[in-house]
Amino acid sequence: MSEAVFKNPGSLADVQTHYCPGCTHGVIHRMVAEIVDELGVKERTIGIAPVGCAVLAYNYFNLDFHEASHGRAPAVATGIKRARPDLMVFAYQGDGDLASIGAAEIVHCANRGEKVTVVFVNNAIYGMTGGQMAPTTLPGQIATTCPTGRDTDLAGFPIRIAEMLSTLRTPAFIARASVHKPIYAVHAKQMLREAFTYQKDDRCFSLVEILSTCPTNWGIPPAESTEWLEKNMIPYYPLGVFKRPDGEDRAPLPIRPARRPHHAE
Amino acid sequence: MAKKLMKGSEAIGEAAVQAGCKLFYGYPITPQNEIPEYMSHRLPQIGGTFVQAESEVSASNMLYGAAGSGERVMTSSSSPGISLMTEAISYMAGSELPVVLVNIMRAGPGLGGILPSQADYFQATKGGGHGDYRLLVLAPWSVQEAADLVQDGFDLADHYRNPVMILGDGLIGQMMEPVEFHKDRKPIKELKEKIWAATGYDGTRPRAIINSLFLDPATLEKHNHKLQAKYAEMTRDEIRYETYGTDKDYDILIVAYGTVARVCSTAMEDLEADGIKAAMIRPISLFPFPYEAIRKAADKADAVLVVELSAGQMIEDVRLALEGNKPIHFHGRMGGMLASPEEVMEKVKEIKAGKSQEVSHV
Repeated sequence: MSEAVFKNPGSLADVQTHYCPGCTHGVIHRMVAEIVDELGVKERTIGIAPVGCAVLAYNYFNLDFHEASHGRAPAVATGIKRARPDLMVFAYQGDGDLASIGAAEIVHCANRGEKVTVVFVNNAIYGMTGGQMAPTTLPGQIATTCPTGRDTDLAGFPIRIAEMLSTLRTPAFIARASVHKPIYAVHAKQMLREAFTYQKDDRCFSLVEILSTCPTNWGIPPAESTEWLEKNMIPYYPLGVFKRPDGEDRAPLPIRPARRPHHAE
Repeated sequence: MAKKLMKGSEAIGEAAVQAGCKLFYGYPITPQNEIPEYMSHRLPQIGGTFVQAESEVSASNMLYGAAGSGERVMTSSSSPGISLMTEAISYMAGSELPVVLVNIMRAGPGLGGILPSQADYFQATKGGGHGDYRLLVLAPWSVQEAADLVQDGFDLADHYRNPVMILGDGLIGQMMEPVEFHKDRKPIKELKEKIWAATGYDGTRPRAIINSLFLDPATLEKHNHKLQAKYAEMTRDEIRYETYGTDKDYDILIVAYGTVARVCSTAMEDLEADGIKAAMIRPISLFPFPYEAIRKAADKADAVLVVELSAGQMIEDVRLALEGNKPIHFHGRMGGMLASPEEVMEKVKEIKAGKSQEVSHV
């Protein structure tokens, strides 16, 4: 008797995506779809696509979906979850969407303790619009709207969303993961599973920030991108669980000095 | 149900509840706070949900999510708040979502003031946000009518899969009048099951995607044609207005909507006592607008007087209706100042005496 050990997740549509080579959206999509399958909630899961690179996510999941306006996915998620608490609701957002234009929506969604899950993909840049500076762009990192590198005197320091949201008193699950190497991806999937499980158990708001590469807009090949992420992003955006609903909070991490400027070649 | 003395804001909230609305997402703004306040205590009584959002931007996007789930949902706000909601309103129109929006208008522009106004007519009837879209706009002149239009509004929103706006002013929200909710009210439209709603994909129907994004221009044009066909259907079937004194002979036809029409009806009684013959037509649906009815009502009149709490916005639709065939005069107040019956009488007398300058045709 043979047993299938690997197959296409039923919650993922069997289509080609528009994502660039070396981008990790595809990996993250797959992991979300696998978890929806594994938890057996496909028939009652609603996804919300953002504005940004994942704007067409509704074509890539085999699920009912809403397309939200820029940054408003947590508000749309709130609207759905309050209307139909029996549904599993997840918002899939990038860093421009969530940390810039949608900063108010994510803070208040988390603070109200909406029982929804947010998959927050942080690649430190605006991808869809062509590589502009994001709130998460690292100090010194070059972007099309900071051609000499992010100047922290003018643009401030990158926002650490996971850390910021974990300061809220409302119980939540907040974690940060990365998918740039298989071992990290295994860890990321565990975080995602825990996040979706908290929602399934009607426990709390959950958010997993996932560090991602953007070879196209970083201007470096995919293999170098994963290296760049590990060397530059992980020190500023440490991985791990920052908050659990039972009050098990992570101790604050020491802030490291600004990274060496990145120059696109 | 017996008649009950209610504040307009509370009647609007109760009407929504009676129409089966169990969800309200809102943000405080004067002069409509009594609506969210009423809903915050009323909805939990019926197993519903009230959410005070962090902003109007967020409240309106919560509406988008709830309406996309197929539930009846409402919000209310006042002018500056509606401006913030126009982003989501455009998305809801584009995604064909049924919602009821209440705008208790205050004076603008900008932060303006908190007193009654009708200066959001253009915003409500000509789109407001980006893209080619229309709201079905209904303007009540009494607390009873506000309650009735809210209930009808839910049926119309569901039928057309389109946002409906109840356009009132601070007077409608604040005044108290007897209201009756009919126990055995039937929907005014045959309502279909919302098979398009995103409620979870189980393979028994196509996937539901609540969306207004169409990157292929030919597909987007087709989508726009579909929306325009819907607006044309509304224009054919949903025009609402009332006429007063048009069965008799008259020299002056007054056109006014909302509470201003009540001021004008008082003026008409006094004008009659003075031997001046005036009639009135009151548009109730502002989109679709009763162009044809106004044209017909103006036939008997020598001149038309438009009265608004604005610099003159509906007057542009009246001009379209009359196509230059009748002289049009205007009386408007702004900034939260109200038009009195005396002012309206005075204006009608000036028109009769040839002392009023007609609105120029630019």
